[in-house]
Amino acid sequence: MTKTQNNKAWWLVVPVLLLVAFNAFIPLLTVVNYAFQETFGNNIFFWEGTTWFEQVLRSSRFHDSLIRQLIFTGMILAIEVPLGIGVALTMPRKGPWVSVCLVLMALPLLIPWNVVGAMWNIFALPEIGLLGHTLNSWGIDYNFTRQPVSAWMTTVIMDVWHWTSLIVLLCYAGLSSIPDDYYQAAHIDGASRWAIFRYIQLPKMKRVLTIAILLRFMDSFMIYTEPFVLTGGGPGNTTTFLSIDLVKVALGQFDLGPAAAMSLIYFLVVLLICWAFYTIMMRNEEQ
Amino acid sequence: MINPKKWLVPTLYILFLMLPIYGLLSMSFKSTNEILGGFSFFPQDFTLDNYKVIFTDPTWYNGYINSIIYVVINTLLSVTVALPAAYAFSRYRFLGDKHLFFWLLTNRMAPPAIFALPFFQLYSAIGFFDTHIAVAIAHCLFNIPLAVWILEGFMSGVPKELDETAYLDGYSFPRFFIRIFIPTIAAGVGVAMFFCFMYSWVELLLAKTLTSVEAKPIAATMTRTASSSGYELGLLAAAGSLTIIPGAVVIYFVRNYIAKGFALGRV
Repeated sequence: MTKTQNNKAWWLVVPVLLLVAFNAFIPLLTVVNYAFQETFGNNIFFWEGTTWFEQVLRSSRFHDSLIRQLIFTGMILAIEVPLGIGVALTMPRKGPWVSVCLVLMALPLLIPWNVVGAMWNIFALPEIGLLGHTLNSWGIDYNFTRQPVSAWMTTVIMDVWHWTSLIVLLCYAGLSSIPDDYYQAAHIDGASRWAIFRYIQLPKMKRVLTIAILLRFMDSFMIYTEPFVLTGGGPGNTTTFLSIDLVKVALGQFDLGPAAAMSLIYFLVVLLICWAFYTIMMRNEEQ
Repeated sequence: MINPKKWLVPTLYILFLMLPIYGLLSMSFKSTNEILGGFSFFPQDFTLDNYKVIFTDPTWYNGYINSIIYVVINTLLSVTVALPAAYAFSRYRFLGDKHLFFWLLTNRMAPPAIFALPFFQLYSAIGFFDTHIAVAIAHCLFNIPLAVWILEGFMSGVPKELDETAYLDGYSFPRFFIRIFIPTIAAGVGVAMFFCFMYSWVELLLAKTLTSVEAKPIAATMTRTASSSGYELGLLAAAGSLTIIPGAVVIYFVRNYIAKGFALGRV
């Protein structure tokens, strides 16, 4: 659509600008303020320059959380994207079951994140939970509060449970926009199942799939509540992801300087991803 | 045309989704003794005591009321201010529009953990700490950008001739916007409201940081119960089960538009 040049349109944006700026600018300035200074309370500050940044960037603790975060995000993407596409491809296209499927599948998305954590905690309890009890009765030694591997697996499966439906819904929407004629034409041409997927379905899903992958990437990069409730970042620090670590430093230990420096580095990483996201989206839009 | 192979994958997937929910539900109908006594697939002595506690103890049921109050305020606020902004983005080019849109987007992507402490200080300083308004406004941080994005997607699908005809007919902008344009994109407004509701309902970190007693959300009540009064799993499970209901109800209304909303109006 061709848009008209009109600078008066700014007035329509002002309310949004005020509300979001109030929430974004002032807190961000507070963070910047802490990141460069040392305080011993009573509102007395000393200039520290880039000390905190160097400390955070050199600390093995930050490296470890960052690496854990990257592995976690990589794992859930590797599982959720193929699974989501697979489920979307096999979902019924018409009839009363479509609504049933959509509602049931969307259900995990609407559950408060701490309830998701609590639910999986209950589900996975070794002695009395459905999952934990079943695994242990099959002779698998499973205890997510003590074994790092079990804790990791539980966290990853919880995220798969929680968010795969997002990818299913998006891909399904992309698939529904394919007219029946395309399939008939492919059928007449004797196209194989793979050819149909590769040349008809995948191109139609490309746009929504880009959105889905990047949303999942970013949301998993700031995951906090679910693993915090499930494992508390443990056993030890084995499931401490970036946000959990940050909250531990900021609100737990009240090390405001390092926490603020870490926030800014974290935010910068997210900004970079955002920029990539925006560029890809806009390029898609122009095509 | 029933093809068993086709039904297998969605059925197994839905089964996988329902199992943990079933675990939660079945635990909510068990007594503490039964829970700690060992595993059972069905509740052996079925009890409603856990639910009775929640519906009679004000610290529990007020949690639900608090959550719903700030979620509703946030939803109305976000969508109301997002509507004109989305119209501006979908219809006009103006100085800095692309930068502004990108900046809004960055707020949707900002990890709430970064903002927890500054938010606490900011809202304490202006005397809003522990009010519903504080949480409602704080959630605008990610909900307004989301609402603008979704609405812009829906509005771009409406041909511009609609606006031009209305202006030729002598409609003023506010009258056109409220009488003609908003009804035209009613589905989009519904979807935007659903998403604001959803993200405000599921978020806990900011809601917990900004409240202590008066506006404490149900989610925070749950975490505190888990740590303070021993480990009352049955009660926790009942409270968790009840938080699923509002989501299930609203999904039903927007079931055909959910995907479009997640695609930010761009399917």
